Amino acid sequence: MSKKFFQHTSLWLSLGTVLVIGLWPIVTHNALNRETAFTVLSAVALASSLNILLGYTGYVSFGHVVFFGFGGYVGFYTINVLGWNIWMAMLAGGIAAALLAYLLGVAILRLRGAYFALATIGINEAVRAFINNFAPFGGPTGMTLNFKVYKAYGGAMHALQLVFYIMVGLTLIVTILSYWVRTSKFGLGLLAIREDEDAAEVMGVITPSAKNWAFVLSAIIPGMVGAIFFFKNGTIEPGLAFPLRTSIEMIVMIMLGGQGTVLGPILGAAGYQAMRDYLLVSPLFKNLQLAISGILLLLIVLFIPRGLVGWLRQRYPKVRRWLI
Amino acid sequence: MMDALIRSLIDGLLLGFVYGIAAMGLTLIWGVMNVINLSHGSLIALGMFSVYYLFVGLGIHPYIALVLTAVLGLIFGIIIYFIAVHRVINAPELSTLLATYSVNMMILGIGTAIFTTTPRNIPLDLGSIQFGDTVITMTRLIAAIISVGVAVGLFLFLKYTRPGRYIRAVTDNRDAAEIVGVPSAQVLALTFGLGTLLAAVSGGLIATFFPFTILSGETYELKSFVIGVLGGLGNPVGSLFGGLILGLIEGLVPMAMPTTWTPVLEFVLFVLILLVAPNGLFGGEE
Amino acid sequence: MRRKLYILIGILLVAGMVLAACGKATPTSAPAPKASESSQNNVPAKTSAPSAKEVTVTIGFTQSKTGKFNEESTRQSDGLDLWIKQVNDQGGIKLSDGTVVKFKAVSYDDESSGDKVQQLYTRLITKDKADFLISPYSSGLTSSAAIISEQYGKIMLATGAASDSIFKKGYQRVYQLYTPASHYLTGAVDLLQSLDPNVKKVAFIYENSKFSTAVVKAAKEYAEKKGYDVVMFEGYDKGTTDFGSFINKIQDSGAEAVMGGGHFQDGSTLARQIYEKKLPIKYLALLVAPPDPSFADLGDAALGVVGPSQWEATANYSPESAKAAGLTWFGPTSADFVKAYKAAYNEDPDYHSAGGYVAGLVLQKAIMDAGSVDPDKVKAALDKMDILTFFGHIKFNTADAHGLQIGHEMIYIQWQKKDGKLVKEVVWPKEGATAAPLYPLKH
Repeated sequence: MSKKFFQHTSLWLSLGTVLVIGLWPIVTHNALNRETAFTVLSAVALASSLNILLGYTGYVSFGHVVFFGFGGYVGFYTINVLGWNIWMAMLAGGIAAALLAYLLGVAILRLRGAYFALATIGINEAVRAFINNFAPFGGPTGMTLNFKVYKAYGGAMHALQLVFYIMVGLTLIVTILSYWVRTSKFGLGLLAIREDEDAAEVMGVITPSAKNWAFVLSAIIPGMVGAIFFFKNGTIEPGLAFPLRTSIEMIVMIMLGGQGTVLGPILGAAGYQAMRDYLLVSPLFKNLQLAISGILLLLIVLFIPRGLVGWLRQRYPKVRRWLI
Repeated sequence: MMDALIRSLIDGLLLGFVYGIAAMGLTLIWGVMNVINLSHGSLIALGMFSVYYLFVGLGIHPYIALVLTAVLGLIFGIIIYFIAVHRVINAPELSTLLATYSVNMMILGIGTAIFTTTPRNIPLDLGSIQFGDTVITMTRLIAAIISVGVAVGLFLFLKYTRPGRYIRAVTDNRDAAEIVGVPSAQVLALTFGLGTLLAAVSGGLIATFFPFTILSGETYELKSFVIGVLGGLGNPVGSLFGGLILGLIEGLVPMAMPTTWTPVLEFVLFVLILLVAPNGLFGGEE
Repeated sequence: MRRKLYILIGILLVAGMVLAACGKATPTSAPAPKASESSQNNVPAKTSAPSAKEVTVTIGFTQSKTGKFNEESTRQSDGLDLWIKQVNDQGGIKLSDGTVVKFKAVSYDDESSGDKVQQLYTRLITKDKADFLISPYSSGLTSSAAIISEQYGKIMLATGAASDSIFKKGYQRVYQLYTPASHYLTGAVDLLQSLDPNVKKVAFIYENSKFSTAVVKAAKEYAEKKGYDVVMFEGYDKGTTDFGSFINKIQDSGAEAVMGGGHFQDGSTLARQIYEKKLPIKYLALLVAPPDPSFADLGDAALGVVGPSQWEATANYSPESAKAAGLTWFGPTSADFVKAYKAAYNEDPDYHSAGGYVAGLVLQKAIMDAGSVDPDKVKAALDKMDILTFFGHIKFNTADAHGLQIGHEMIYIQWQKKDGKLVKEVVWPKEGATAAPLYPLKH
């Protein structure tokens, strides 16, 4: 039992971290803590998802927020116009994001390196600009929920609470997913693609299909997170749904914690988001926060490109077996 | 209708030249060192503020301020290269993308703290020239002329000076250039400096007719990407033509449909060209 | 390999459902919301203590200290701050039971951006324990903030937020002080008709924001009803700085009059570029920007531009006019307000300043009428409110669009030249005009 337990130490560590964040506001009975934990968890879910593509497969998506925004829009539409409940909306958001990823993947995963990164930026901007003109989604002024919607959940207070539990659940799922991909044969194939795509192909990893599935897997949860996020937000607009900066912040979080590991993005996202939240209302640091993050990022890129977890693995070879 | 077409064409072309030299800075850096400079937008914005403060603060005429801005841009770019880029120049793309983006974050963070995000205007009115129904604002005309001058200057520099020849040698084959004694670190630093100079100058020119904030750079950075891909990444001269194409799109598309569709077309075109002809509409590198 | 993936995705979806089912059960089975979050039950303990002589009420709001709304928002919160200072200096409000109410403001910078507003209002409610909220500036930011205030059951006075649609979302505790957006440009159409019955072709060009879209939709309908030919109706994206293609299109459309705009920054840029391009039009009416004193910085480009205003210093609402209309008068006169504002900030107030001040004033009146700071009683007092202030008539819809302003009316100003200097004159409606309108526009 214990041997088997320790075999998955990394998974328990990751799930434990997420649970601690999730239980903190419930134990402290504090709405502000709940709001903070919500943003931290959504960052964890987004970063862990992107890590499947960026960390395991080595494809740098700079426009990954497109799945968050698109899933958010589809989910919002199903609630606001079609009158679906939040569960169905969340599924719709996830499926929409997965479909979008599948179609895009077929086209752009042929590109490598910086060309792929540029294409993802272009796609995020194109989708944003399109939705800005797309009347069914409200065009430039977006959509706003009628407040009555929250009644079905026992009032706004309960809806907020519910949304938080869902976010905890989603984050746990993405953690398990990330761990499964990392330790599975499928994941090994992705790692092979990251190291040398041509060699991976020779060795029998069917790269187009593996890459595409990695892309789809990395898009589902952001789509669901988007649906949840905007249900809570109550309003959606192109500018709020597709912020390029959030996209790049996801990468920064992964880099901080350690790309290609399971625990890394979780720690990175939690650390980054907690710092952001803490500095948000300080008049001096509110803007300098961005600069401080920049300095931090540069130091990481220049001196510890593997991030925190990667550095630990390198520095202490003994932990390598169980810390991923 | 014909008149409207001509007016739109002129507007689009004049702006196209200015956007073109912004993109030229981006593609020069890409061509020589395979780095996509994600701090490009914030450097454009710094160029705007440089001209603004030299004019509003010190009373230096904007077009003279532009020369000072160019010098500052060159120096600043060289500094950025040695601090942020040099160490990771041979690392995978993600490293240079993030290194330059970290510079972007620092500039935006410090810039927002100092300048805030309240829009600024450079109060420069040089009048306009008019023929028939068509009115051309002088500031835009002068900006386009300066842009062409800068582009020609860059071309001559690359073609006829020793540092320029070094840059071209490093573009073709860095290893071979190093073997024959080209000081590659200096050449790369100079290239980054030149790229920054171009960004700053285009920013300074844009600031003479559009309002701006420290965050305005992002729009122009995205335009630079589109232009760079249209003209061929790594092909600085192609950028000028890319700029003209973008100018034409921005001038003509609104005549046929709501203006807000323009960015949809631009970015779809951008992704398509990346997929179909990653070396740009004009073929391979120079 | 692929099959495994299908299985995995299947498992994921099922897991999602299971989680869904569990999650669903949790909040309902959990005992009602925690005390700390239930605002209605959370009347500050200090107020309920009968012996308490003095109560400090916290007013929470965000302000655009930076960003594109900086100009308007600063004036709005300056106005509000002036009210707080005046009330506290006068020793607070004395309620019927002898309690003295004083006010304290907590505010943050929202940077004119919607993505921070919700976080900040949540913080104002949960951390700073704000008792009452004032909206941020602009309809866009307010519609984001209103969701939060409504979710937590707080009362929010919406000033600087004119969009009608905010009040059609079923909110019960948001109250609008401005004349709604749908009335912003209808008077400008009337003015044009009185000036030149021969003008028929009108172009609308507007910012793609909640506010401006609501304004021009109503104005277009009104203009068409009045027999105008709307030759162009097009929006521009937020943050647009290059209006070249729009101006070309207006010229191509043959429009003689142009109406629209959005907020201060885009509106003044649009006016400047229309002037630089020598666009041959006779009439230009823009939203928000013209009434702002800084609009004069445009120089000749400002000359002749018409703009709707919620309030001007020359507005002649007085205790006498209140009596004539059968309304209760409340608060200072325009002259007193202008004097106090000038003394405090060394500049003339515009309607955003007055809007900020009047938000406080209305809250004051509601608390006095309620005789308490209990949110439910204050809400009841707001629902019943029907008063005249220096800002104009204040009365709220309490039926289908709860909280929508139905008392207040717009006036229209125009920049004119007097002794070589730009001055702002009221030109419409005729009864309140301080000068004859300048027509046609000379560029």
